[in-house]
Amino acid sequence: MKKLLQQHEFVVTIVFFLVVILIGAINPAFFSIGNIFSLLKSMIIRGILALGVLIVIISGNVDISFTAISAFAMYTTSKIMLALFPEGGLLLAFAIGGLIGLLLGSINASFVAGMKLPALIVSLGTSSAIRGFMLAFIGVKIINNLPASLIAYSRSYIAKFTDASGKIVTLPSAIIMLIAVTIIVWFILRYTMLGRGVYALGGDPVSTERAGFNIKAIQYFIYCFMGFLSGIAGVLHSVFMRNANPFDIVGTELIVIASVVLGGASITGGKGTVYGTLLGVAFTVLIENSLIIIGVPSYWQKVVIGLIIVVSTAASALREKFAKLEIS
Amino acid sequence: MEQVFLAVENIDKSFAGVHALNDVSLKIKKGEIHCLAGENGSGKSTLIKVIAGVEKPDSGQIIIDNKKYHHLHPIDAIHEGIQVIYQDFSLFPNLTVAENLALNSQLEMRKKLVSWKQVKETAEKALQLINVDLDLNRLVENLPVADKQLVAISRALMQDAKLVIMDEPTTALTQKEVERLFKIIKSMQEKGISTLFVSHKLREVLDISERLTILRNGQKVIEGNVEEFDETKITYYMTGRNVSSNKFISEKKSGDEKPILSVTNLSSDGFFDDINFDLYKGEVLGITGLLGSGRTELALALFGYSPADKGEIHINGQKIHIKSIQDAMRNGIAYVPEDRLNEGLFMKQSISRNIYVGILDSIKKALGLINVSEADSIAASLIKDLNINADDPLRPVQTLSGGNQQRVVLARWLSTKAKLIILNGPTVGVDIGSKTDILEKLKELAKEGLGIMIISDDIPELVQTCSRILVMHKGKIIRTLEGDEIEEKAISNILNNLD
Repeated sequence: MKKLLQQHEFVVTIVFFLVVILIGAINPAFFSIGNIFSLLKSMIIRGILALGVLIVIISGNVDISFTAISAFAMYTTSKIMLALFPEGGLLLAFAIGGLIGLLLGSINASFVAGMKLPALIVSLGTSSAIRGFMLAFIGVKIINNLPASLIAYSRSYIAKFTDASGKIVTLPSAIIMLIAVTIIVWFILRYTMLGRGVYALGGDPVSTERAGFNIKAIQYFIYCFMGFLSGIAGVLHSVFMRNANPFDIVGTELIVIASVVLGGASITGGKGTVYGTLLGVAFTVLIENSLIIIGVPSYWQKVVIGLIIVVSTAASALREKFAKLEIS
Repeated sequence: MEQVFLAVENIDKSFAGVHALNDVSLKIKKGEIHCLAGENGSGKSTLIKVIAGVEKPDSGQIIIDNKKYHHLHPIDAIHEGIQVIYQDFSLFPNLTVAENLALNSQLEMRKKLVSWKQVKETAEKALQLINVDLDLNRLVENLPVADKQLVAISRALMQDAKLVIMDEPTTALTQKEVERLFKIIKSMQEKGISTLFVSHKLREVLDISERLTILRNGQKVIEGNVEEFDETKITYYMTGRNVSSNKFISEKKSGDEKPILSVTNLSSDGFFDDINFDLYKGEVLGITGLLGSGRTELALALFGYSPADKGEIHINGQKIHIKSIQDAMRNGIAYVPEDRLNEGLFMKQSISRNIYVGILDSIKKALGLINVSEADSIAASLIKDLNINADDPLRPVQTLSGGNQQRVVLARWLSTKAKLIILNGPTVGVDIGSKTDILEKLKELAKEGLGIMIISDDIPELVQTCSRILVMHKGKIIRTLEGDEIEEKAISNILNNLD
């Protein structure tokens, strides 16, 4: 039991369910299928981005350019699709979006791996440059006539119910993409030497090099993969919104990073799990969606989320301190 | 004829004009425990790096198992069975013991995927090699230092090591842990694995090694069987001079003199209990004991870092209350920590700033600005006084050697006109020539009337410096040694026979 309580994820799980029960007790509408589907839907894009951020954070760095990459990939993909392949399929759209993201991610990678610069500083720069480039050269106008394949995908679902009031509620098919990304990231981190290299890098870069890991290759993977996921998430965003607004997405990077940290990833690197990250995403989505349900003014969301992050990092710092005392 | 495993011949290596290694040769036989000794800057580390293939020598050759190498690459060295255990162990603190043990082997097998079953098996096998039992699922960051070292050693052996190079392996270990390490080294020897033991602790060098090579200023000064050496001889070869090791006898104290420091019934729950002692002018008081005996906690309580719960402290006969570091400093108590890199110095700041940082309040001008010229002159006079080897006091402290850094910390406290200086491990990581200088300086300061308290593991150092030694165990003072009782054997007997 004591061991379990020392696991950050376990504590967050318990708090999460306490909050769920509390909200449900105040407003039973919380447990309606419609609300749960809506929570799940809100988790998709944030979850995909958070899983990429998780890898970056485990490696001991922070990237904040992923939202700029995401917006760039979303808007540029829509433009390319409309101009070149107006009848093009869904897969093509995701391929283009993913590729654009990957290329932009490789810019970050070349600075971080090639010139050994800290990713936070690099991504501050690239974030602004990517966004500026898009607004200056690609466009600022919202695109409302997306390709038919994207519109069709926005309507597809894997579950459909009619709720008590006779309203039809659906769970979008895109949830499958979150599940797929989850499995891929989990597998990479747990079962590949690449993934273990990411952990090793976050734990001790010098030892990682001495052990014979190819640090450059690992870092190229990290930022390219982050870019790829950002591109996918960007295209998904346009699917959900049924338009491509170049001013969207940017500004959400802090809540994504906060979700990952809330889920137990250590901002100094070396620690973090897929389960914790999804839990963190669920938590922030829950707070955002549900405070309204129980009648708390929406400005309070930010206060509550901020407090949760401070309390949870303080708690894990304290736990580490006590663990250290026990061995000394 | 015993078989030679490694022969390093006529190695030369220069860095930007500095001749780090000058025609150095070294031979290590199969299964031999060889010690490489030398002061900081003697070229030990460079030689290790050459053997590990990390540094390429300018000339000379390396012969491993009868294979000649002019340019040895790190991967060649590993394939030839040469494993280096660096002082920081190169472990991954955030990973489990099992993964730390298996990761390198997995990498070497060029695996792309991880089989956790195999990781566990590899780890178990690795620990069996040195016959120790550790919890495989524990994170390495939660292990005590000695266990981390065991992980590093068994990981090295896992990769078919034929020569294990250990860089200062005993620095952070207690007496008992050192003994366990030596047992492991001996059992490796039985399997035909050679060990190159790099150390500057003379006692250990004589205890464990069979052969000894001593470097000084990048040159090999002597090599031979360990029986041909004793401590004075090794010291002589390492430093190139005869270092005195006179015992320190304090002048008789007159009966009515008040002690500089008097501690009565001092207790801190869980750390130490009912501590009583006096420290008189002209004395150097030593405190020793195993790790966890409460000796460091006692020092930290006197310095106000973690104040005591009960008891009284008198300075020059006056009762004082120490609840914070500021209280301690106001009353003239100074503390020199063991880990000066992290706790004692601002490594990137200049030598002179590091010295006058302790007296900023007293050198203020109007408006609270610092009188820099006065500060610099105070620093300069202390640099001269303490023989700190600094041609430019504006250079960052990190460019100094360990011994000089320690003197900078000492200089800072002297500038504050402290009445009592508590030093924790005053010469850890300091080379032997500097060490004697520092200890002599402490004796001199004691004679001038400064109260000096030394907390240390290093028994020869205590014997050489202290006029009185307190032995602590489980938070209590169990013995007080004075005069002729102060003898290395007597002290190690006490420490080894604790329950």
